[in-house]
Amino acid sequence: MKYIEEFRSRELASGIARAIAQEADPARTYNFMEFCGGHTHAIFRYGVQDLMPSNVHFVHGPGCPVCILPIRRLDDAIELAERHGAILCSYADMMRVPGSGRRSLLRARADGADVRMVYSTLDALEIARANPDREVVFLAIGFETTTPPTAMAIETARTEGLTNFSVFVNHVLTPAAIRHILDAPEIDPEQAVRLDGFLGPSHVSSVIGSRPYEFLARTYGKPVVIAGFEPLDVMQSTLMLIRQVNEGRVDVENEYSRVVTREGNVKAQALVDRLFEVRDDFEWRGLGSVPASAIRLRDEYAAFDAERRFALTPKQSREAKSCECPAILRGVKKPADCKLFGNGCTPENPVGSCMVSSEGACAAYWTYRRAETLAEIARRKQAA
Amino acid sequence: MHRRERIEMPHGGGGRMTSALIRDVFHRHFANPLLDQGHDATVMERPAGRIVMTTDAHIVSPLFFPGGDIGSLSVHGTLNDVAMAGAVPTALSAAFIIEEGFPLSDLTRIAASMGDAARAAGVPIVTGDTKVVEKGKGDGLFITTAGIGVVPDGVDIGTHRVRPGQQIILSGTIGDHGVAILAHRQNLSFETSIVSDSQALHHLVAQIVATAPTIAMLRDPTRGGLSATLNEIASDAGVGIHIDECKVPVKPEVASACELLGLDPVHIANEGKLVAICDPQDADAVLSVMRARPEGADAAIIGEVRADTAGLVEMQTAIGGRRVIDWLSGEQLPRIC
Repeated sequence: MKYIEEFRSRELASGIARAIAQEADPARTYNFMEFCGGHTHAIFRYGVQDLMPSNVHFVHGPGCPVCILPIRRLDDAIELAERHGAILCSYADMMRVPGSGRRSLLRARADGADVRMVYSTLDALEIARANPDREVVFLAIGFETTTPPTAMAIETARTEGLTNFSVFVNHVLTPAAIRHILDAPEIDPEQAVRLDGFLGPSHVSSVIGSRPYEFLARTYGKPVVIAGFEPLDVMQSTLMLIRQVNEGRVDVENEYSRVVTREGNVKAQALVDRLFEVRDDFEWRGLGSVPASAIRLRDEYAAFDAERRFALTPKQSREAKSCECPAILRGVKKPADCKLFGNGCTPENPVGSCMVSSEGACAAYWTYRRAETLAEIARRKQAA
Repeated sequence: MHRRERIEMPHGGGGRMTSALIRDVFHRHFANPLLDQGHDATVMERPAGRIVMTTDAHIVSPLFFPGGDIGSLSVHGTLNDVAMAGAVPTALSAAFIIEEGFPLSDLTRIAASMGDAARAAGVPIVTGDTKVVEKGKGDGLFITTAGIGVVPDGVDIGTHRVRPGQQIILSGTIGDHGVAILAHRQNLSFETSIVSDSQALHHLVAQIVATAPTIAMLRDPTRGGLSATLNEIASDAGVGIHIDECKVPVKPEVASACELLGLDPVHIANEGKLVAICDPQDADAVLSVMRARPEGADAAIIGEVRADTAGLVEMQTAIGGRRVIDWLSGEQLPRIC
């Protein structure tokens, strides 16, 4: 259990909780956004909020790759398997996500499409080698963390001359999304939540380093602490953010120094740069079109790009009107503010993106805090 | 017939090959006087007391895994279902659906493992059935077992007996079986020393029932793991269940594998563990008889039944926070990052 239990000790946690209680100024509130779904999950899985004073709040960001994939991109993936007869390889957490008409990859598979669940891009390559007569498409999703393995798979396919392998690229970029949230021009500033700082991504930062967040401090005046995914990491990072706010500092600090450096994984970055270029814009489920927020394969690698290899029919994503996901993903609203929460929208039957993955904010409230959230909704209904 | 290496359609045709298969594979390994009656239905003496009956279908993949195989699992699974009524199992049946082309050596190995498991448990397999399906119409081998047993007088186990204040005891580490199976599946080839916990629990149950005849509830957290079992009890009994994460035993290697795959041990299947719920004054005695047996060596009191938050299972987390332990929605799927 080396390196797991150490970060989940009750004794250490209560020590940090005491320090936070002492140092948090009761005269003000602290709103910190954790960008990553991994942090959201850790906060709820371990009940970190219970150890915080009542004026320290976590605002849940859009950093869940499953949640932000637009429905039409998922429909494209299903089309690749159904209309183009490809073997579609997907990471497990995409399998249950409902697309148009509530059809998921699992449902498509039950209907006869050849959809395979893989644990890594290596599995997808193996499937391509074993099926030389079939087109094999890897559904690539994720932030900067999962991009290097996708790039490696494409390089390997090129070296081996695996001509039946291609990738449906949906990789997105973290800093662009954070910038978009802070700009959020369409949101009434009166309503917008004041963000006092960010818990910076952990796995993403192991690849891109801490340098890409420096604009947050410089341009937007927001403190950032890169935080590991363990509950003690989250607590320690929160304490560091409180100290920055109290001292009036605006720095990019690194709590997750056991993994993250300022420069990140330079080798992985070079590999990704060689294969990919930034798209002009990309649709995020919940956020809409975000400029320069995703990547696609460069022309030299077009043969491996499923979007160019197959003629996909144009589609539109239709979202439920009363779904509050866009506001929840920006931290403006909480799941309890949504009329659909638990009322037609549950993890078994998700309507909006935040309920889709275990890392989404609504799914976290539903799974780990259901009683309080439903009680809160009932209270408000009565008051209204 | 030993020259034939694989199961063929005539093995299930009811003719000479079927008869030889039953004789050379099943009867040879299950041998006992009741089975040797050789009828389609076995005649037994009527036991005194209330009878329990259960059945369980087994479709595990892979068929052989660290710590067991589909054969031993199909014996343990049914014995444990009988035992969770507080009963003493007395007889088992076994039905086999075999896919054409299945290696005879594997079938023999599985039958031997079932015979060993039944003998070790002291419960005979008294009747059975064999069918062969065409290639492509089965996944190698499916086994369905059924079992009967007798409930001792005075024992009354069920959610209707669960009351606030009672203590919740878990007989050992969770997640071993599910992680052993996952780790052994072909596409997940990380190295691990994790072994399935597949084992019969009726001897342990006999000890528990002898120590605390008024025990309220016994259940084995198989599919869906500890979370499904506790949620079933909380919702059927209309009570709240509170457990402490630090008290739930998890092997370090299981915890590491779960961490790597993004899984939660509370949702992972077990095949040799039970949850016992008893009055607080009996808890220490039940815990010590459990710990005295190898099946319960790591037993621990993990929580208690409460009147508040009826229908919900809540856990104090490792760091001292709190969370709901929910039913799993669908199958637990690994996260990507």
